Amino acid sequence: MERLSRAEVAKVARLARIALDDVELERFTDQLAQVLEHARDLEALDLAGVAPTAHPHGLINVVRDDEVRASLDRAEVLAQAPDVVEDRFAVPRIIGEAP
Amino acid sequence: MSLPEGWEMVVGLEVHTELRTATKLFCGCANAFGAEPNTQTCPVCLGLPGSLPVLNRRAVELAMAIGLALHATVSPSTFHRKNYFYPDMPKDFQISQYDRPINAGGHLDLPDGSRVGIERAHLEEDTGKSTHLGGTGRIHGAERSLVDYNRAGVPLVEIVSAPDLRSSAQARAYAAELRGILMATGASDGRMEEGSMRIDANVSVHRVGEPFATRCELKNLNSLRSLQRAIDYEADRQYALVASGGVVRQETRHWDEDRGVTSTMRVKEEADDYRYFQEPDLVELDPAPAWVEAVRAGLGPMPAERRARLAALLGTPSPAQFDAVETVVDLGVDDHVDAAIAAGVEPDRAIARAANELAGDPHERAGLTPGAFAATLRLEQSGDLSATQAKTVLATLALSGGDPAAVARELGFERMASGELESLVDRLIAEHPEEWGRYREGDDKLAQFFTGQVMRATRGQADGKAVVEVLRARRG
Repeated sequence: MERLSRAEVAKVARLARIALDDVELERFTDQLAQVLEHARDLEALDLAGVAPTAHPHGLINVVRDDEVRASLDRAEVLAQAPDVVEDRFAVPRIIGEAP
Repeated sequence: MSLPEGWEMVVGLEVHTELRTATKLFCGCANAFGAEPNTQTCPVCLGLPGSLPVLNRRAVELAMAIGLALHATVSPSTFHRKNYFYPDMPKDFQISQYDRPINAGGHLDLPDGSRVGIERAHLEEDTGKSTHLGGTGRIHGAERSLVDYNRAGVPLVEIVSAPDLRSSAQARAYAAELRGILMATGASDGRMEEGSMRIDANVSVHRVGEPFATRCELKNLNSLRSLQRAIDYEADRQYALVASGGVVRQETRHWDEDRGVTSTMRVKEEADDYRYFQEPDLVELDPAPAWVEAVRAGLGPMPAERRARLAALLGTPSPAQFDAVETVVDLGVDDHVDAAIAAGVEPDRAIARAANELAGDPHERAGLTPGAFAATLRLEQSGDLSATQAKTVLATLALSGGDPAAVARELGFERMASGELESLVDRLIAEHPEEWGRYREGDDKLAQFFTGQVMRATRGQADGKAVVEVLRARRG
């Protein structure tokens, strides 16, 4: 497998809305490549008989009953909003629809 | 319009249905449509730091019910974060299921006998609801967007069909049948206009015998009619593009119901761009066989079975009668029909009246219980009420409830109009040709026989003298 490229890191940064300058891009490419290479060490092991681990706790089926609990007070919630119009969070206009 | 000979369309549908739970998927906020904006939120569904999601048991059971009704396999599953930046999700990710959905495989059989594969039916959370201010009200002209997070975190199941559909009519039939199944499981109220069931369509066109071509995804299909129109438009658009030497680009397109066209919304991102990764705050879901079987045991009959049962009551139904059967099942008013038939009403009448008089919002006819429906039709069948009067009584009961006989009296429908008496007598004459023959030849004692029949049919409400007058008039 090829070493992680600067272009890939730049793409991931863009998707995560993180602005990186050239120096940072170089540094993080190097660091992330080391992380991936470390994880790749696992490929040397024979794991054919090992079931995939979904979670380190080993718990399954953690569920709660479908019972309504009190929601937060609206005034308190809207106090967190950048701006409020008609009891809704007002945000800069959205281009296009959600994925 | 349709594609020329030698071409065909390929359609696959992604149907999202909100689940009828009391609470959201991962928190105890109420799942209720129409509440005041932002009154049903908490740290979990607002994505506040330190909050942790806990899965709703009922949502899991409804998701399993949907899967089982679609002949899918309930499988061990996990949750993933689908990461994207958009203000409808305050967490900046949506919790969904990715490579291990709760329901895998399955199929749905359409009334025309065709079978449509189901690839998966997985659990995920709904997003908040955005409205757009400014401009012309269209999304692209909006200057500000307003977000209500009441819907953020509401449980959804997304049902993904295989690309097995070959016409817009078949796609519509699939969506209609799936809607009936979702309602029959109790998982959904099936209301497309309120957005509790939403459909995206993947459409491509190709020459028969060649591989599938690039597809486009259509959004904003808010009714079965929109679905069908949008698919036809899109197939024609793609064919015209290819026929003129163009290339279809994979993209998401918005259906404009008023203009009847689709237009580019955004070019499709690669799946990787959502940077799916496993949700670390949720553990694996692996329902024990006993849990799955308990859900299966709780499933009632599905629409196909219900249609077959009602049709069998009619013997050999005419196309119009079968339409009425379909309507009864779509409306979910089988109980009304059953109550009427149990009360002695002819199946044909019970089904026809239920199909025609029980349409619309069930909440707006709460007073018209199966028992009241049955009693009214019984009054109609016995001749106490004409067909028109029976319909008026049904409409009155729907609005205000009450006892059918009392309502009929209040409406002044107590007595039979002479025209109805005449038609009843005519029917009895037709049914008893031998007695009628003797009466015509002068045996007046037979007048008593016919009067008795009329009284029985009207439960003593007819005027005996009037009956004899009609008989005399008919004898001439």
